[in-house]
Amino acid sequence: MTAAIDIATVWAFIIAFAVFVYVVMDGFDLGLGILFPLFPAKGDRDTIMNTVAPVWDGNETWLVLGGGGMMAAFPLAYAVLMPALYTPVIAMLIGLIFRGVAFEFRWRVKSERNRWDLAFAGGSWLATLAQGVALGAILQGVHVEARHYAGGWWDWLTPFSILTGISLAIGYALLGATWLVLKTEGPLRDRAYHLAWYLLFAMLLAIGAVSIATPFLHIQYAERWFTWPNVVLTAPVPIAVAVVTVALLRSLADKQDTKPFFLTLLLFALSYLGLGISMYPYIVPQSIDIWQAASPANSQIFMLFGVAVLIPLILAYTGWAYWVFRGKVRAGSGYH
Amino acid sequence: MSSAMSWLISGFEAVSLARAQFAFTMSFHIVFPAFSIGLASYLAVLEALWLWTGREVFLNLFNYWLKIFAVAFGMGVVSGIVMSYQFGTNWSAFADKTGPVIGPLMAYEVLTAFFLEAGFLGVMLFGLERVGRRLHFVATSMVAIGTLISAIWILSANSWMQTPAGYAVNPAGQFVAADWLKVIFNPSFPYRLVHMVLAAYLTTALVVGAVGAFHLWRDRHLAGARVMFSMAMWMATLVAPIQLIAGDQHGLNTLKYQPVKIMGIEGHFESHPDGAPLYLFGLPDEKAGKVKYAIEIPRMGSLILEHDLNAPMKGLNTVPRENWPPVPIMFWSFRIMVGMGFLMFGLGLLSLWARWRGTLYEWRLLHLFAIAMGPAGFVAVLAGWITTETGRQPFTVYGLLRTADSASPLAAPAVGASLISFAIVYFVVFIAGLIYLLRLMALPPHPGEAGPPSHIPARAAGITPAIESVAR
Repeated sequence: MTAAIDIATVWAFIIAFAVFVYVVMDGFDLGLGILFPLFPAKGDRDTIMNTVAPVWDGNETWLVLGGGGMMAAFPLAYAVLMPALYTPVIAMLIGLIFRGVAFEFRWRVKSERNRWDLAFAGGSWLATLAQGVALGAILQGVHVEARHYAGGWWDWLTPFSILTGISLAIGYALLGATWLVLKTEGPLRDRAYHLAWYLLFAMLLAIGAVSIATPFLHIQYAERWFTWPNVVLTAPVPIAVAVVTVALLRSLADKQDTKPFFLTLLLFALSYLGLGISMYPYIVPQSIDIWQAASPANSQIFMLFGVAVLIPLILAYTGWAYWVFRGKVRAGSGYH
Repeated sequence: MSSAMSWLISGFEAVSLARAQFAFTMSFHIVFPAFSIGLASYLAVLEALWLWTGREVFLNLFNYWLKIFAVAFGMGVVSGIVMSYQFGTNWSAFADKTGPVIGPLMAYEVLTAFFLEAGFLGVMLFGLERVGRRLHFVATSMVAIGTLISAIWILSANSWMQTPAGYAVNPAGQFVAADWLKVIFNPSFPYRLVHMVLAAYLTTALVVGAVGAFHLWRDRHLAGARVMFSMAMWMATLVAPIQLIAGDQHGLNTLKYQPVKIMGIEGHFESHPDGAPLYLFGLPDEKAGKVKYAIEIPRMGSLILEHDLNAPMKGLNTVPRENWPPVPIMFWSFRIMVGMGFLMFGLGLLSLWARWRGTLYEWRLLHLFAIAMGPAGFVAVLAGWITTETGRQPFTVYGLLRTADSASPLAAPAVGASLISFAIVYFVVFIAGLIYLLRLMALPPHPGEAGPPSHIPARAAGITPAIESVAR
């Protein structure tokens, strides 16, 4: 029994890790799509697309691992959450279709490029808002009876879920802007610096708003964060956010190329940690915890062998692919 | 009572809509992997031939098909993500009950295949000048191997739903693994895997052959067109007969483990104690319980399935009516698949004869036949999947979990709205993709063929010594 408990916790961390890797990696891809309307010049758009063209596919695979891994390791949670998040999930999938095909389609026919640029931006917006809304809907909890979702198909729509939707769009846009600072040069990079300033302030507002609203959703969230002695463990999170923010502001002021992106990743990691502190040990907040949702130990152990060997391998060759395409992407050069 | 009744009715409708959605999204999805499994291997072969012989025509063909691969692969990825989430959105009861068994198989597919394909795809598409020939060939091979590994896991999961093995049921009503090896290597898996991978190779060969024939039609001396046509016709000649044998073996395996599916395919409503006929064509009528206007060969069914003219065969009259699969659909889809198989076999033989006579690149009629057969692989793949999947009905896990008990507790309007959304999006996006693919295929392969379009530059000269060797 203790073995089963331990392995469920291990799997909760694995799924959380996969989702986090997805959020930051596809986060900057989607952020580029969100910022696309602000870069109307064709040359800029080509360059922006090319900064992620070789890697976007791998980035999106983490989403499949998050979903597939959840069905395998926590089938009950997957079976309850997917119907509860029906509309946002379908919207996300449709957004990702438009965004994904645009990478190839926009090069095919010159006269139709604007159409697929619109699909790229619109798909990125739709997928991001849907992911953010889904996050809010999970945090506010869903109506569960027996082993089923028992609510309606619009329960997810609340002011809080809209707030998380917009917040995630701001966050992804900041990731996208700092990615452009990292990967481009000249006027395009200057433009991205400029945007990053505004987006950082918007992101701080969003983090603040979500942090203030969350404890009001459930008394358990408030107790988790504000009661003694929990506060000793939770207080460092907002303090760390403040420290990282100062560092990020300075790196932007100094016009550094590399630091802003990685500091933004750190900001995401801290926000994610905050979510984890609120939710743990629930996988469907306040209804189903990770031990209730876990598949039998032999399923989780069977997969753990694969994860232990393959995840490091995946990170290694993914890292290699990023290394191959390292450095600034220049406009105009290359083949057609 | 009446509210329970209305819930039942609306529940039934939601199930039908969910089934329609799965059939629709799956049918769109399956054509892309079927094509990209074969094409990835073809690209690896082309690059290997280029590295081995140094002949430029292989590099040109590699770049020509790489552009097509990039478009098709992208569409396969985005339509595949829909599939992986659909288990949860529309089939949550199924996901809860089978997650512990087939979830890990799909997780292994992601870990061993999807990441491998996606991780090396970028280098395969854009990296030749950055990493050099040998490492680039490694990347191409990894993508090809990834597509095959992916086929292994997903067909294992699908086969377990068809012929479940190595499982137990826990107190929560979930299927759990009792023996992982028996789960993975369940009885129909090896047959289905061989049949599907061969189908993917044939599908790709027919597309490549049709494109080659199309360009030979316009210029019979075009080097690239000659090479691709010849390679594709070798595949048809060699693989089509193997596929007929593999299909026959798969059928015998189905007779052993899913006999009701065979009854539906054969249109055997009645039992035949003295040898069953083979219905070539006819109109199966489920209400009347017979095949109308049947053209039949007496006792041939027993000969094919039992290798004995007089072998008795049971019919659907021995099966409770509520366990019948939808006979007319599978009766016809099976015949379409087999018909396509024999046409492919014929194309292979004809091309062999033309090759022997030395008219492979001149014989217009053969080229016309090859062009017409371009989509035949897709038709056969779809017809085959329709046969096997409708033949599993009315169960999702064969004999154990009914389709009606697998769906999400959703209202029909929710499922209907998502079905309509997917239908519109798929028609817009995938028809555009199909047009782009056909346009790429309409361009002739020419010397100095470039790879996928992008502005991604080679690294500045001097950093990567490979540039010089590639440029030469």
